[in-house]
Amino acid sequence: MSETEKPGFFKRLFTGKSDAHVAEAAAETAKLSWWQKLKTGLSRTSSQLTTGIAALLTKRKLDAATLEDLEDLLIQADLGMTTASAIVATLKRERFETDISDDEIRKVLAAEVEKVLGPVARPLDIGSDHQPHVVLVVGVNGTGKTTTIGKLSAKLTREGRSVMLAAGDTFRAAAIEQLKIWGGRVGAPVVAGEQGADASGLAFEAMRQAKDAGTEILIIDTAGRLQNKAELMAELEKVIRVIKKQDPTAPHTVLLTLDATTGQNALNQVEIFGRVAGVTGLVMTKLDGTARGGILVAIAAKFGLPVHFIGVGEGIDDLEPFEASDFAKAIAGIGE
Amino acid sequence: MFESLSERLSGILDKLTRRGALTEEVVNEAMREVRRALIEADVALDVVRSFTDKVRNRAVGQDVIRSVSPGQQVIKIVHDALVEMLGSTAQPIDLAAVAPVPIMMVGLQGSGKTTTSAKFGRRLSERSRKKVLLASLDTRRPAAQEQLRVLGEANQIDTLPIVAGQTPTQIADRAMMAGRLGGYDVVILDTAGRTHIDEALMAEMAEIRRIANPHEILLVVDALTGQDAVNLARSFDERVGITGIVMTRMDGDGRGGAALSMRAVTGKPIKLLGVGEKSDALEDFDPQRIAGRILGMGDIVALVEKAAAEMDMAKAAKMAAKLKQGTFDLDDLAEQLKQMQKMGGMKGIMGMMPGMGKMAKQLEGANLDDKLLKRQIAIISSMTKKERAKPDILAASRKRRIAAGSGTRVEDINRLLKQHRQMADMMKAMKKGGRGGLAGMLGGLMGGGMPDIDPAMLEEMARSGQLPGGMPGMPPGMPGGLPSGLPPMPPSGGLPPKLPGLPGLPGLGVKAPGSGFLPGLGKKK
Ligand SMILES: Nc1nc2c(ncn2[C@@H]2O[C@H](COP(=O)(O)OP(=O)(O)O)[C@@H](O)[C@H]2O)c(=O)[nH]1
Ligand SMILES: [Mg+2]
Repeated sequence: MSETEKPGFFKRLFTGKSDAHVAEAAAETAKLSWWQKLKTGLSRTSSQLTTGIAALLTKRKLDAATLEDLEDLLIQADLGMTTASAIVATLKRERFETDISDDEIRKVLAAEVEKVLGPVARPLDIGSDHQPHVVLVVGVNGTGKTTTIGKLSAKLTREGRSVMLAAGDTFRAAAIEQLKIWGGRVGAPVVAGEQGADASGLAFEAMRQAKDAGTEILIIDTAGRLQNKAELMAELEKVIRVIKKQDPTAPHTVLLTLDATTGQNALNQVEIFGRVAGVTGLVMTKLDGTARGGILVAIAAKFGLPVHFIGVGEGIDDLEPFEASDFAKAIAGIGE
Repeated sequence: MFESLSERLSGILDKLTRRGALTEEVVNEAMREVRRALIEADVALDVVRSFTDKVRNRAVGQDVIRSVSPGQQVIKIVHDALVEMLGSTAQPIDLAAVAPVPIMMVGLQGSGKTTTSAKFGRRLSERSRKKVLLASLDTRRPAAQEQLRVLGEANQIDTLPIVAGQTPTQIADRAMMAGRLGGYDVVILDTAGRTHIDEALMAEMAEIRRIANPHEILLVVDALTGQDAVNLARSFDERVGITGIVMTRMDGDGRGGAALSMRAVTGKPIKLLGVGEKSDALEDFDPQRIAGRILGMGDIVALVEKAAAEMDMAKAAKMAAKLKQGTFDLDDLAEQLKQMQKMGGMKGIMGMMPGMGKMAKQLEGANLDDKLLKRQIAIISSMTKKERAKPDILAASRKRRIAAGSGTRVEDINRLLKQHRQMADMMKAMKKGGRGGLAGMLGGLMGGGMPDIDPAMLEEMARSGQLPGGMPGMPPGMPGGLPSGLPPMPPSGGLPPKLPGLPGLPGLGVKAPGSGFLPGLGKKK
C-alpha cells in the first residue's frame, strides 16, 4: 500500500479533531485510512491510551509505579493480564529506572508489541493451485463475516479474479439477502438456498457450481455461532466434511473474524474455532471504533496464527492489510 | 453465565475461609487475586479498582463476629459489594407512558439489537398482551430491515412496512404515526449499529430520539466486550441519555465482566439479558440473584447474615442489662452513636421508619447532619477511660483538654454531657416502670431542634402500629415503659439495611427538653 495514495490506518489516528483538519486530509487523499480515522476518533474520547501515557510520562521516569501504570494501559487495550505483564516485564528488564522521554517510552512499548505481532502479519495468499480455491469464513455472530466477505470479494474481483459466493448462513433471518446484496455490489454470483435449509447441503452445491463454472475462488459464508455451543460446532464440522467430499484439499483458507471490541473471550474463540474448523488466518473487524483489539497480541503470542486483514468500517473499501507496526503504535498511543 | 468468573472467585475466597485469623496482608493478597480474576473476566479496570478498594476498606473496618470465620465475613463483604456493583435492586422495563410507548434500541454494530428487539417484542405481546409494532431504522446494513421483518413474521409481531429510500429519521416519524393510528401499545425502534465516535451517526441517533421521544432508550451491549465497553457505554449515554442496558450473548462466556462494569460506569440499570439465539431466550436482570450466581456461596452469605443478627442481639441484651442497672456511661453512648452512624445517621434512621418521612425532612432542615454524630464520637474518644466511666469528674480543665483533643469547643462537650445525663435519667425513670415511654424518648431524640413535633402524635403513631417496634435483637423485657402496641420483631436476616442492636439513641437536640431513647426501630416493612 503506497503511503501517498492511501495513508495507512496509522496516519488517521492523530489527525486531530477539527473539521478543517479532517476536510484537509480528505482533500489530500481520496479516503482516510484506518490510522487517520483512529487518530480523529481517539482525540474525541476521554479515556484513552494516548493521553494516559502522556500524562504519566511527562511527570516521572520509568520506575515501578510508572511501569504499573503502563501495565494498566495495556490491560485497558485488552491485552489481558498475562501479555500485559510480560511486556511490562521486558520493559523493566531493559529500561528500569532510566530517564526516558515519553516519546521514547511509547516507541519502546510499541516495539515490544510489534515483536509479538510482526511474525503473524502475513498477507492472504490465494494461489491458483486449486480450482476453485475454497475460502470458508467462520466466527461468532455479528463479528463481521458477511461484511468481510463482501469487502474481500471486492478486492479480489478488482484484481481480476473470478469469485463466487455461497450463502451458507441458512440460520439468521435475511442473512442470505444480505450476502446477495454484497454479491450484487461486487458482481459475484451467489449460490443460495432457502433459509432454514441444511448448510452443508448448500456448501456441497456451491462447490459443484463453482467447479462447473470454472470459478477461481469460492467464498463460503457460515452462520455465526458461539464456540461453546457443541451442537453448532458439530454442524460446522459437518460443513467441512462435505466440502472435503468434493475436494479433499479444501477448504484451502479458513478465515476467522474477530470483533475488535471483544475481550478475553477472543482467545477462546481462536482456540476452539481453530481446533474445530482448522482456521488458517484471522481478520480483525471494527477497528474503526475506540477498541484497540489488544487481545490480538495475546492471540499472536499464544497461537501464532497469521493475521491478514483489519476491518475499519462498513464500506466496501474498509478492509486493510494488517500491519504489525501500525497496530503496535496504535496500542502504544504513538502519534506521528 | 459467569461460571468461570465464579470458579475463580470461589477458589480465591475459599482459601480465606480456611484460615483462622486474617491479617491485613492476607486480605490484600486475596484482593490482588480478585483483581486479577476480575480483569481476566473483562471487568473495566477502574471498576475493578474501586471494587477491591471497597472490599478492603470494609474488611479492615469490620466488627468481628465470633461465630463465623473472618474469611466467611470477607465473603459476605464481597457479596454485598457485588450486589452494589450490579445495582442492588432489579429495575424492569418501564412502560408506564401514553401509548404507543416508544422504545429505542441503540448500540454498536453486531451487538444484537435486532435479535433483542424481536425477543422483547415477543415477550411483550405474549406475556404482557401488548400490541407491539417493530420498526427497523437500519438503512445501512444490507437486508437489516428485511431481517426484522422476517423475525416479526416468525413471532407474529407486526413490523412497519419497508419503504425503500427513506432515511432513519423519516422511518422513525412514520413508525410513531403508524403506532398511533394502529392503536399499538408499544413501538420498538431498532436502529442501525454505530460506533460511538462516528459523529454523523451519533448525530442521527440524537435526531431519532428527538423525533420519537422514546420512553426507554436501551443500550444493547455484547457481554463478550472487553475494556472498551465502558467507553462505548459512557459515550452513548452522554449522547442520547440511555435509560437501561441489555446485555446480550450472556450464554457465550463464563466471564461476563462487561455486565459487571456497566452499572458502575453509567449508573444505568441492566434491565434484560439475552441468553441464546431463540426468540424466547431473554431474561430479567436481578442483581441479588446474579451476585449469588457469581459468588456461588449463598450458604456462607446466609450464615454470616444470621451470625451478624445474633451478635446484634447479644449486644442489645448486654446493653439492656446495663440499662437495667441504670449504668449508662459514655462508652455506651459512644456505642449508640456508632450504631447510628452505621445506619446512615438520623436521616437514615428516620427514612427507615414508615410515616416518618416528614420528620426526616425536618431533620434535614434543622441541619442535624452526620457531622454532629462524628463530632460527638470524637469528643468521647478524646476522654480517658476513667472519664468515660465517670463523667462527673470532668472539671473545666479536663473539658478544655478534651475540646482541644477533639477539635471541638467546651460548649459542645457540655451539650453532650447534658444529653448523656438526660438519657441516663430517662433510663432510670424507665427502669422504675413509669409510663411515658416513646413520646418522651422521641421528644428527647428530636431535642429542641424540632419544635413542631408533637410527642403525642408520635405516641399515637406508635400505638397504631405505624412505628414498627422491636428492632431486631431487642430482648424481651426491655427496660420498662415500652408501649405495648409495639410487637417485637423477630431478628430475621436478609434485607439491608439492618438495624443492629440499638437500645438507645442519644438526644441530638440542641436544647433538649426531654430525654431521648428510641427503642422501636424495626426494619422497614
Ligand atoms: N464499524 C464497523 N462495522 C462492521 C465492520 N465489519 C462488520 N461490521 C458491521 O457489523 C455488523 C455485523 O456484521 P455481519 O457481517 O453481518 O456479521 P456476521 O454475523 O458475522 O456475518 C453489521 O452491522 C456490519 O455492518 C467493521 O469493520 N467496522
Ligand atoms: Mg453473516
